[in-house]
Amino acid sequence: MDLIRESLLKKSKASKKDQFGRVLTFSALLLIVIVVVSIFWFVASKGLATFFSNKVNLWDFLSGKNWAPGQTDAHGKPLTGALPMITGSFLVTFLAALIATPFAIGTAVFMTEISPKRGAKILGPVTELLVGIPSVVYGFIGLSVIVPTLRFLFGGSGFGILAGAMVLFVMILPTVTSMTVDTLKSVPRHYRESALALGATRWQTIYKVILRSATPGILTAVVFGMARAFGEALAVQMVIGNASLMPKDLTSPASTLTSILTQGIGNTVMGSLENNVLWSLALILLLMSLVFNIIIRAIAKKGAI
Amino acid sequence: MKRNWLISAVIIIIAGGLLTFGYTTRQKNSDVNITAVGSTALQPLVEAAGEEFANNNLGVHVNVQGGGTGTGLAQVQTGAVDLGNSDMFAGEKDGINPKKLVDHRVSVVGIAPMINKQANVKQLTQKQLIDIFTKKITNWREVGGTDMPIVLVNRAAGSGTRATFEKWGLQGAKSASAQEQDSSGMVRSIVSSTPGAISYASFAYLDDSVVAPTLDGVAATNKNVINGDWPIWSYEHIYTNGQPTGKVKEFLSYIDSKRIQQTLVPQLGYISIHDMQVERNEAGKLSKVN
Amino acid sequence: MLNPKQSDKLASIMLYSIAGFVILVLAALVGYILVQGVPHLSWHFLTSPSSAFTAGGGIGVQLFNSFYLLIITMIISFPIALGAGIYLHEYANQKNQFIRLTRTAIEILSSLPSVVVGLFGFLLFVVQFKLGFSILSGAIALTFFNLPLLTRSVEDSLRSIPDLQREAGAALGLSRWETVGHIILPAAVPSIVTGVVLSAGRVFGEAAALIYTAGQSAPALDFGDWNPFNTASPLNIMRPAETLAVHIWKVNSEGIMPDAAAVSAGASAVLIIAVLLFNFLARFLSSVLYKHLTATK
Repeated sequence: MDLIRESLLKKSKASKKDQFGRVLTFSALLLIVIVVVSIFWFVASKGLATFFSNKVNLWDFLSGKNWAPGQTDAHGKPLTGALPMITGSFLVTFLAALIATPFAIGTAVFMTEISPKRGAKILGPVTELLVGIPSVVYGFIGLSVIVPTLRFLFGGSGFGILAGAMVLFVMILPTVTSMTVDTLKSVPRHYRESALALGATRWQTIYKVILRSATPGILTAVVFGMARAFGEALAVQMVIGNASLMPKDLTSPASTLTSILTQGIGNTVMGSLENNVLWSLALILLLMSLVFNIIIRAIAKKGAI
Repeated sequence: MKRNWLISAVIIIIAGGLLTFGYTTRQKNSDVNITAVGSTALQPLVEAAGEEFANNNLGVHVNVQGGGTGTGLAQVQTGAVDLGNSDMFAGEKDGINPKKLVDHRVSVVGIAPMINKQANVKQLTQKQLIDIFTKKITNWREVGGTDMPIVLVNRAAGSGTRATFEKWGLQGAKSASAQEQDSSGMVRSIVSSTPGAISYASFAYLDDSVVAPTLDGVAATNKNVINGDWPIWSYEHIYTNGQPTGKVKEFLSYIDSKRIQQTLVPQLGYISIHDMQVERNEAGKLSKVN
Repeated sequence: MLNPKQSDKLASIMLYSIAGFVILVLAALVGYILVQGVPHLSWHFLTSPSSAFTAGGGIGVQLFNSFYLLIITMIISFPIALGAGIYLHEYANQKNQFIRLTRTAIEILSSLPSVVVGLFGFLLFVVQFKLGFSILSGAIALTFFNLPLLTRSVEDSLRSIPDLQREAGAALGLSRWETVGHIILPAAVPSIVTGVVLSAGRVFGEAAALIYTAGQSAPALDFGDWNPFNTASPLNIMRPAETLAVHIWKVNSEGIMPDAAAVSAGASAVLIIAVLLFNFLARFLSSVLYKHLTATK
């Protein structure tokens, strides 16, 4: 009896193994969390130093239009207005998303509703390939194709928000497309069947039923693509022109947070004001990706009801 | 199940054995690693010299990285690396305490304005150059060229080339905010392809695709830098934290040797430090060298 | 007004042309790079070491470095991503606040500019832990960059396995761990492999994170010496290693060799071909594994 009692009360080998697996996988997750927290702490401590140890006014930083951290204005304060970069970042991001969304939805609908076979055979691999092209190469092409084309069409130097948005459009297209495809696939089959049974044409089914029920998912995909665009550095830096001026139009040189950050970080000395304000830019980037995340959450929540 | 265990045990033992074998049979010479970080402009020279130095000194490895002048000076100051490559005097960089650093000048680099061909301008005065970069002159017509708006292209703020150009080319004036590019190669390709563009780069980057104007009648040539007629040039520095010793010292004197100064330095588009007939101190005072 | 039939037609045409346009964009992109770069490719170019300022340099060392760095990165990041993915999908309580926070954290990590990751790696590993500019530092930095993508793809692969399989495992009296190990993972292997190979493509092309960690110099290697503890050995993980993507970036920005444009175009073509190969490999492997593991003919 005791033997049976003991074996029943003791944890089985399987449950011990299960416990082991749980701990093992959890520690992997914990490791990632530690990495994120330490990077966050690192960027925040450097980025906030601008305001605490260099005494830069937060409002001046966010709304100032003059960016030249090495120089000082008439009052002896360093010129650390980040508004041109913040504006530039938002403009390229929204513009890229604006161009990419119709293409992404169109391609995704084609892949799931019109021609699933060709979609799987050609478009699937094509979009995955676009993801895999290194951003250095995108920048290289932007520089040798897009910039001259824009110069030819609109005059000026060709560098600017529009060139940046064009490059980002191609870069985020695959991400948005593949996420939209996933959403469209998850629309229940009986929705389509019911619509067809009511006598709707294919387009009516797509437009009035499928896209409607997939809207939250598509929005998530777009916001996700925007988050990507916001953080992209090398390719944008090569085509945007990197002038820390308020963007006047779409075809004159402008700058984004990432382009100024990438460009300046090697030329400044760790711990100096010039370096700290760059980390403040990185902090804005980090906070923005947090905001994008919250938006995605909110959309998902609303869609779930 | 059992076979799996056996196989993995055997694989682990073999891998472990190989590693131990490798560890015990490794080359046991006491390796010296010299690490240099900093200016991307100086990187090829130090790299090439380092390779030759390593060939002549068994067990010495010279590890040269870019990362920018700021990174180089900051890292040599904290002692993280042996050599900090810099395009400017350490005292000119914010956040650097030059007292602890020892300066080794290895070469001289000339910097020249370059103009897009369509502007059709081959000579400028320094006054005109300053007016162009401070946006007082905005059309090439005003300096005798074609009727075409001037497009400014700057190097990134904080880059050594830009600092030198503003200090000597613009006599201390700051360039107006404009398009900025990260590297000399990029700047040249933009100037050559954008109508009406003007920028600046070191002599090594000048080629047929752009025009290098004369400045107050002086042409941008090595000869004019050597005799002090061309104003826009700077030293290339290698900084050490305190006086160098041992292999680091040997390496620095190797770079300073005739062999490197007469072959590699001119090949890379620099001017040998020994050829200079003038000398300039940190405050900018020019004096003759005997 | 169009009647429904006509608008259906019109919409179809629109969708076809959009899909066609996307294919065209890609074809143009890849075609452009290949046309520019392939003429410069030769056996000499692929195998000889690069040169700093004379013409005729190759990309041999950089090519090897790229692959080696990729392998080391995968060895470090795959187990972590696999573990985290399994925990997130199989064990975690999805409503748990901590788990939600973790997901947000992973998303943020994935949208961080890679130059920030690179500098973090530089200050922490290269300077603080004294690993120097080395393959190891680079691999750790790339791991940070790679983890969110890989974790996400593992989790997605697990999600695509129907719950029916889990219930079947539970019904057989298997613990959760055993169910994962014997049922779920084998079924998910094809899509996990696809995810791994695709993320390998991204790692292969990453430059900004490596400039400050694995470094931008490629010392000559002695390909006869495979002892990982020797300095000139290709297998040494403590040596600085410039990869192909970093080389392209460097050649484009500061290259003063006379054939800089050719080197950069050729290297870009090699990079694209490698990514293409990764894609085909992913497809091939996943279909072979799928057939093998699920006994479909």
